[in-house]
Amino acid sequence: MEACRLTATQLACRRGERLLFAGLSLDLEGGQALQIAGPNGMGKSSLIRILAGLMRPLDGHVERTGGTGLLDEKPVLDEHQPLGRALDFWSRLDGQCAALERLGLDDLLDVPVRYLSTGQRKRAAMARLIGQQAPIWLLDEPLNGLDREAVAMAEGLVADHLKAGGLALIASHQPFDLPGLATLSLAQFTP
Amino acid sequence: MKGFGSLLLRDLARFTPGTRGGGTLLPLLFFLAVAMLYPFAIGPNPVLLAQTGGGVIWVAALLAAILPLDRLLAPDVEQGFFDQWALRGIAEEMVVAVRLLAHWLSFGPFLMLAAVPASALVGIDAQTLRLVEIGLLAGTPGLAAIGIIIASVTVGLRGSAALSGLLVIPFAVPLLIFGAGALSTGGSGGLALTGAISLLLVAIAPFAGGAAIRAAREG
Repeated sequence: MEACRLTATQLACRRGERLLFAGLSLDLEGGQALQIAGPNGMGKSSLIRILAGLMRPLDGHVERTGGTGLLDEKPVLDEHQPLGRALDFWSRLDGQCAALERLGLDDLLDVPVRYLSTGQRKRAAMARLIGQQAPIWLLDEPLNGLDREAVAMAEGLVADHLKAGGLALIASHQPFDLPGLATLSLAQFTP
Repeated sequence: MKGFGSLLLRDLARFTPGTRGGGTLLPLLFFLAVAMLYPFAIGPNPVLLAQTGGGVIWVAALLAAILPLDRLLAPDVEQGFFDQWALRGIAEEMVVAVRLLAHWLSFGPFLMLAAVPASALVGIDAQTLRLVEIGLLAGTPGLAAIGIIIASVTVGLRGSAALSGLLVIPFAVPLLIFGAGALSTGGSGGLALTGAISLLLVAIAPFAGGAAIRAAREG
């Protein structure tokens, strides 16, 4: 996997009139993972979008080396298409097929995406993320809607991603079981 | 031009009338319905119908082009497709340009086909039909471009369907004046101007649309 690095310096974020956080810095290299912890509404999702380059921070800047994959609450798969075809769209763009057996999706390929449960959608989104082959993973609440088995599987996927030289940033209010996972509490940056 | 083919295939599967992806025949049926209702409203006066029929086809085409606007770009923004494309380095401008092409293909040629039965319904002759067809060929790309621009500007707004319909109408007036105007003058000048306006709009649309979608993402 290509070398990757994610650096953020003195980030500040405002939503509407409210200053969510300020002075947040982080630096991650390949093989490292960081959990952003904090209750709902603290700005975890905003931070993820700023790090992905999809939103401009109020202050500070972000540097990314390497491709970036984003997993958030949207599966980003065509609702009316069968799962197999919806994933094919992304594998054609990314030139990679996703690991379907491992995610337990191979039985669902004929099912239209709109009939999938929350957990199945999440797993399908992970398949899309893996197929993208991006070294930087930005995961926004990756465990939402997953059962215990799928949680273990998701944790295993992130562990493998780190072993392969990628980095991961996990925004979650749930505990994420990963050896060597550092935690950053967003609460300490709120004004 | 990374992803051009995949994007175009996906768009065509979604917008072409009668496809499983939810492309709808409604704009076409709407177009034919207007042409069918018009003689009932005006009365069976062949002279009057022949004089005004071409213009009615133009108005019906414009209104039919408004119908699909709310599903043109907003669903992809809401469902996060534009985010994922941005992360893969696929520019919004490219996506919008592909969408413009697919949108036009999904209604322009079909409207031109439907104009043939419509011309019989409103009772215009072959010569006028020829002018209508050339006019539609020159004008529908412009209508598609206006539709894309309006759809991208109203992307983040709730209940944007009615608003975008209202916004399209003033922008479409020049196309209508020159396109439908060519019917009464019979000259090619109006048609050429229609084509020129269309080309200008098609050239602007990807950049205007791309900028609007990026602005909506910040909100």
